[in-house]
Amino acid sequence: MSNLGIYIEIKKGKIQKNVKEVVSLAKSSGNTIFGVIFTNEFQNFKDELNGFDKIINVKGDSLVFHPDSFSETIAEIIKEHDMEYFMGSYSFKAKEIFPRIAGKLDECSLVNDCVNYDFGSAIAIKPVYSGKLLKEIEIKNKLKLITLRSNVFPVVDLDAGSPELIEKTISDKIRSKVINVKKSESKSIDIMDADIIVSGGRGMKEKENFQILEGLASILNAGVGASRAAVDSEFASYNMQVGQTGKVVNPKLYIAIGISGAIQHFVGMKTSKIIVAINKDSEAPIFKKADYGIIGDLFKIVPMLKDELEKVL
Amino acid sequence: MNVFVLIKQVPDTEAMLSVKDGTSINEESIKWIISPYDEYALEEALKLKEKDPAVIVNAMTLGPQRVESALRSALAMGADNGIHIECDEDLDIETRARMLAEAIKKESDTGIVFIGKQAIDDDSNQTHILVAEYLDMPVTTNIISFKLEGDKVTCEREIEDGDVETVEMNTPCAVTASKVLNTPRYASLMGIMKAKKIELKKITLSDLGNISTEKKTFTKRLYSPPEKAPGRILEGEPEEMVKELVSILKDEAKVL
Repeated sequence: MSNLGIYIEIKKGKIQKNVKEVVSLAKSSGNTIFGVIFTNEFQNFKDELNGFDKIINVKGDSLVFHPDSFSETIAEIIKEHDMEYFMGSYSFKAKEIFPRIAGKLDECSLVNDCVNYDFGSAIAIKPVYSGKLLKEIEIKNKLKLITLRSNVFPVVDLDAGSPELIEKTISDKIRSKVINVKKSESKSIDIMDADIIVSGGRGMKEKENFQILEGLASILNAGVGASRAAVDSEFASYNMQVGQTGKVVNPKLYIAIGISGAIQHFVGMKTSKIIVAINKDSEAPIFKKADYGIIGDLFKIVPMLKDELEKVL
Repeated sequence: MNVFVLIKQVPDTEAMLSVKDGTSINEESIKWIISPYDEYALEEALKLKEKDPAVIVNAMTLGPQRVESALRSALAMGADNGIHIECDEDLDIETRARMLAEAIKKESDTGIVFIGKQAIDDDSNQTHILVAEYLDMPVTTNIISFKLEGDKVTCEREIEDGDVETVEMNTPCAVTASKVLNTPRYASLMGIMKAKKIELKKITLSDLGNISTEKKTFTKRLYSPPEKAPGRILEGEPEEMVKELVSILKDEAKVL
């Protein structure tokens, strides 16, 4: 039995929703599961830590996320507990932390964005070329760092147990200084966190029309995305762009509105559980890829859809 | 001051890829380009050079013979030197990152390493940070603005939820470029002519000291994901289609 650590990410005061997927997969390995959580208010989270055998509670004067101090601390923990695995959900913070851990430790390999990992054969499967292909990678290194794509792994009900609590002080090694944070003006949720995404393309015609999507999104509690064509036409900002040179998303429901569905866009959302396309051009490639399509004028269909959803939700 | 721009040659985003031997892509008929984010990195380095002629822009890449054309493109855009770390083997990511770091260490007076925020081929999303770690440099990722004053770098970066963070660090340091950073220039005809005359600097593994090339990760299989079954186009009047869609999403697909 080996020691396996998991980064328990906290986002906006809550445990990030995909951590449960990581614990569910890790638990199947039969290893000793360590959770690493950075908080000075552990009591707020202690009831949500099912499945863990041990919890390392990292405390300190400043626990504001900084990739340097977080990765340095985790690298120390991995060494102190002689871990064979360290895992996390492939989130924004994980993208910053995991490569830094890999750079600080010897004899380790990192494989990001896995859609499967088999503990017996040590084979990870991950999308490459923006998901045009899948790659199976066998990891033979002593320490395996693995991040998992979100919304892919089944969540298993796990017993609460009574994990042993270990305290640790955060590292003070920080090599860059954050001097300001400007909050986004957008009120809709980040597409990387959203279970539902409403996305607009060139067919939206102008920037103001994205308000139609905001309205639909607010009923669905969805994030608002955009195609590259919409971003290049300045209808939407780059942080909304879905696709090969934007974000790769994996929601339960993706509604593509006025998006023709070029391959570069498709690879950014193809693993969505359900894809709905609304477009007036019946020849648009998006209809070949969508689970459900409506051919019609989006400026008519979308307000109707909003009204109908308001009735049933 | 030397600045380094790490570039990677990747298949064009529109390329249709097929698999050869079960573990690698068929390279025939692929159009190769500089990974798009690396172009933003290069542009930012060139802008720095325009402000301060003492800046020497070194474009560096690692790979087989074919990657020379990526260096030629970088030189045509205005880079001063092209450095080719010759490598035909499929080495581990850590090994390649160590080679890049060691090649940078061989040069003196290094100020900034510019890298794209990710390469769009293997999506490993780690080489940029690994290189910075091996060089023991601070690194700021995803930057959307960049300013150098003396030895202080100030940059804005996009973080979660569309928020923007302003970060300060001292040189030597590394930054990784996002798309919003700038608009890469096109190579001029004069630039292309000039680039042809510049001799590329060649580096081999043995020039880089004692780097272990023992493989720890092995590609077992590369394959196309299963195709999704074709979907359903709804029919009828708009009202009917909308009603049907909502009912499907709610009751059949259960995604609402």
